Amino acid sequence: MIGIRRLYRNARLLDPDSGLDGPGDLLVEGDRIAAIGPTIGDGLGADVEIVDCAGLCLAPGLVDMRVQLREPGAEHMESIESGGRAAAAGGVTTIVALPNTEPPVDDVSVVEFLARRAREAKLAKIHTYAAATKGLAGRELTEIGLLAANGAVGFTDGVKAVADALVMRRLLAYARSFDQLVIQHPEEPSLAGAGEVTEGEIATRLGLAGITPAAEIIMIERDLRLVAITGARYHVAHVSTAAGIDAIRQAKAAGLPVTCDTAPPYFTLNETAIGDYRTFAKLSPPLRAEPDRRAVVEGLRDGTIDAIASDHAPWDQDSKRLPFSSATCGIVGLETLLPLSLELYHNRHLTLIEVMRRLTVNPARILGLEVGRLRPGLAADLVVFDPDAPWRIRTEAFRSKSKNAPFDGRPVQGRVERTVVDGREIFVREG
Amino acid sequence: MPPYSPVLMGEYNFGHRHLLGIEGLSREDIEHVLDLADTYVELSRQADKKTARLRGRTLINCFFENSTRTRTSFEVAGKRLGADVINMAVAVSSMRKGETLIDTAMTLNAMHPDVLVVRHPESGAVQLLSEKVDCAVINAGDGSHEHPTQALLDALTIRQRKGRLGGLTVAICGDVLHSRVARSNIALLNVMGARVRVVAPRTLLPVAIERLGVEVFHDMKAGLKDVDIIMMLRLQSERMHGSFIPSTREYFHFFGLDYEKLKLAKPDALIMHPGPMNRGVEIGSEVADDIDRSLIRQQVEMGVAVRMACLEIMTRDLGNNPPVR
Repeated sequence: MIGIRRLYRNARLLDPDSGLDGPGDLLVEGDRIAAIGPTIGDGLGADVEIVDCAGLCLAPGLVDMRVQLREPGAEHMESIESGGRAAAAGGVTTIVALPNTEPPVDDVSVVEFLARRAREAKLAKIHTYAAATKGLAGRELTEIGLLAANGAVGFTDGVKAVADALVMRRLLAYARSFDQLVIQHPEEPSLAGAGEVTEGEIATRLGLAGITPAAEIIMIERDLRLVAITGARYHVAHVSTAAGIDAIRQAKAAGLPVTCDTAPPYFTLNETAIGDYRTFAKLSPPLRAEPDRRAVVEGLRDGTIDAIASDHAPWDQDSKRLPFSSATCGIVGLETLLPLSLELYHNRHLTLIEVMRRLTVNPARILGLEVGRLRPGLAADLVVFDPDAPWRIRTEAFRSKSKNAPFDGRPVQGRVERTVVDGREIFVREG
Repeated sequence: MPPYSPVLMGEYNFGHRHLLGIEGLSREDIEHVLDLADTYVELSRQADKKTARLRGRTLINCFFENSTRTRTSFEVAGKRLGADVINMAVAVSSMRKGETLIDTAMTLNAMHPDVLVVRHPESGAVQLLSEKVDCAVINAGDGSHEHPTQALLDALTIRQRKGRLGGLTVAICGDVLHSRVARSNIALLNVMGARVRVVAPRTLLPVAIERLGVEVFHDMKAGLKDVDIIMMLRLQSERMHGSFIPSTREYFHFFGLDYEKLKLAKPDALIMHPGPMNRGVEIGSEVADDIDRSLIRQQVEMGVAVRMACLEIMTRDLGNNPPVR
């Protein structure tokens, strides 16, 4: 059974994995990519559906390795369905969800529940990390072997760091036995204390409790020592400081199995976005000073930072329309991941294909998923986008149930036209 | 009582809908408040202390954090101006029931107050509330951010004794990290041309405090040398999570104000404290009670006058009617 046959013609094919960047066609048969070439239009027969890409980019669908969905537990903020729609509109074809749901993903049954719900929704592919410790409490390890066997793609305590050094050592050592990835939220919690923004002049003026940026490198350097002891695959989520990035750069040079990602707020905004207590700009880790933002751009440019993830964190109004210190941390990002990342291209920091590499094949490799590449035989997970189309972000128009983003009204370039998962067009721009 | 003078009181365009902080106020704004407050100092010393300038106006004191002196000061100020003053101790009512700050703001707004005086334990909360109401909001202290009427009353106290603010050297000593009083005073004194120092152990100073326009000292002896005014801050143990100082005994030894440290300041240096004092922690009793050097009681008196001035200014443009005499 082949199913549908669809030919994407006149595309600018972008495949960071093979380095392909040129005009061509791509044929989808059923749920797979059947052929890629300069012209494969002729002699296919009448049953082929033709999509004329009119010179727009056709790339592997985005692989977003850090997304919070609120199902189970807080579906009114984001469900698998609404998160899937937001992903589709953002050109994201694979999501990896954090385990900080209610109940948390620390049990095989929750992994299975998520897999079933994702199959039913038939939108973006949804994978999940499992909790590194039971109840995300940072003390006892979860059933890492069983959870991995049931589909968990990595282990993390989500928005919390694994604080205890001995627990972290055991986690890394045990995860290595199953060749599992450990993802860390890089912030030493006892040093961060009750802080809510990066310490410095802005925090002092606003009277907000500051966090020293050193809280990041202290956690990263501790973990790197433990990685050196255990040899486990270690991934640092949303790096945001020059010192932290530099530590990872050196660790990579020394051959440690370490990777990292960052998120668009850390290269598009700095701490001044907090303005007069804008809770939509409250993140964890907090927005940094300008030199750190530039270091993130440089880390992306030189490849120290492997991937860009949306760090999608949906919160309802009740969680954000509060005094700054009571408000929750995080912003929604699925629908702005591509245009905000493309600012790196439009500002001439990275080539288009290098931006796409950090959004597709790099995260796919880190996660060990066979996605994020244009290759015959692989699943047809694709995005068609115009890299230059200008528009303004309107948070009200988000498909996500939550609208918490500090980017409302921001002019951006780059718009998704079509999103394809397993050969199904899950998003087609109207008008 | 002083005659109502349109030149003094009516013509100046204050230009701020709310009084949320000192930051953003001009020198002229501050002088306007202080000049008007001077007249209310006189009024408050008379037998008949009452005017009708806020007759018919409603003032709600909305305190999300316990306070006796500031709330009472605003209450006295409002009543002397003839306003109806309602005290809401929100700390013990709706917030306990889970109502959000914005809900509380909406509820209060529906009662058509003319001024809300708000204190809240979180920085920025008063501004958030001010965005949701139609009336003027006066910040009576938000977290570690600002406490503008305290800085204004401190300025009035200094000006009454020294005749000026510009050119004076003022040392703000103690728990600057948690202090909204310090931030408001630093802003005000800088605008008025005073030289500001902060003196504290490093654990009680926020990072980059020097960017706010202060000289930083970690030693009382150096920090108090040749200053005109010493502002002691209360050690805010209730805001302290974790250990900022090893003990109050050690703190007093190195950073508490006693006669020995006072000797280093100018011979006519004056002592202030926003209260309530921790005697024997940041300030010795004999210094605090020295009527020649301590302005602590005058500060309380000036507090009422400054708050009367602020209330009048904030309500001046509200109605269609000229202020009622």
